[in-house]
Amino acid sequence: MTDALRYAYAVVRDTGAPEAALDALTALEGVTGVADEPVYAVRHLGLAVLAGAVPAEDYDEGPLRKRLEDMAWLERMARAHQRVVDTAGAEVCVIPVRLATVCLGDEGLRRMLATGRERFTSALDRLEGRVEWGVKAYATQPAAEEPPAGAANAADAPGTPSAPNSPGAMSGRDYLRRRKAQRQAAERRWGDTEEGARLVHDTLSGLAEQSRLHPPQDPRLSGISERNVLNAAYLVRREHSADFAERVGGLAGRTPALRVELTGPWAPYSFTAMDETSDAEGAGGAGGAGGAEGKTEDAGADG
Amino acid sequence: MTMAPEGPLAHQQIALVDVLDRLLAGGVVITGDLTLRIADVDLVRIDLRALISSVNANVPSPWEEP
Repeated sequence: MTDALRYAYAVVRDTGAPEAALDALTALEGVTGVADEPVYAVRHLGLAVLAGAVPAEDYDEGPLRKRLEDMAWLERMARAHQRVVDTAGAEVCVIPVRLATVCLGDEGLRRMLATGRERFTSALDRLEGRVEWGVKAYATQPAAEEPPAGAANAADAPGTPSAPNSPGAMSGRDYLRRRKAQRQAAERRWGDTEEGARLVHDTLSGLAEQSRLHPPQDPRLSGISERNVLNAAYLVRREHSADFAERVGGLAGRTPALRVELTGPWAPYSFTAMDETSDAEGAGGAGGAGGAEGKTEDAGADG
Repeated sequence: MTMAPEGPLAHQQIALVDVLDRLLAGGVVITGDLTLRIADVDLVRIDLRALISSVNANVPSPWEEP
């Protein structure tokens, strides 16, 4: 039994409370894990890992690799993992562990805590009281085809009663001028998309303690055909969440070329690794929102 | 503009791709003999292949060229 497989979800501080009273576990009452198993905690060195016993026929290395090829199975596992992490994360500071981290027995979980002790402890200190917000921006579809000149005229009509009301009554030069103006407007709109995404990211980075850019989402995976121009995560103090969300709303209103989506609060998944890149990025963000150019941060977003 | 509804994530239908962005690119990665070494880079490759092939097979995208 001791070498049975354990699926690890997240690491929390061991508050020293009796197991039943550990806040993370109280929050998880009635919430099951990836194999519909109850979630329990293994404590070691002042840390506790939230984990569950999972069957070897699914979670041993070979079977797991095969299972991961099954989209429905992957989705169930990912959603169950996220549910455990975010449910516990609503109550206490959690350090999520990468999807499909499987250990051998409780002893394996203790070794995991010992191996990662410094990283877990420093991450808990850094992330206590913080949540992650996701912000995505999509280019709103540019007008596919300008409306017929007559229709545009009709819309203008109240202000310009003397304007000719049918294409036939418009001179060739007027028609070409109008088309040129419409094309330029469409181009400006695309230009605004990129600028708008940078404005959104720079502004939110200035408000957040840390930011991280995820790769733009593939429309085939997201099911959203609009071009995803920003897919970012921001680390924010929990009590500043309402302000942050409000600023996101304000930015969305200022950039009509973008559709802005806010998700969260998430547990701080995107900020568990404190590598040199994110360190420098955090310092830059604190100094002023102007510096970081979106694309360059992407290189560091890999760790 | 679209804003997520108020409240914790548990009450929303979250897009799978948003979950995977975080579960695959975030989280502490433990390496060493104690884990089964599944949680490393190759997982991302496997998952994305599964995702894309699954999407292609089951949900033909209207915006894709035939």
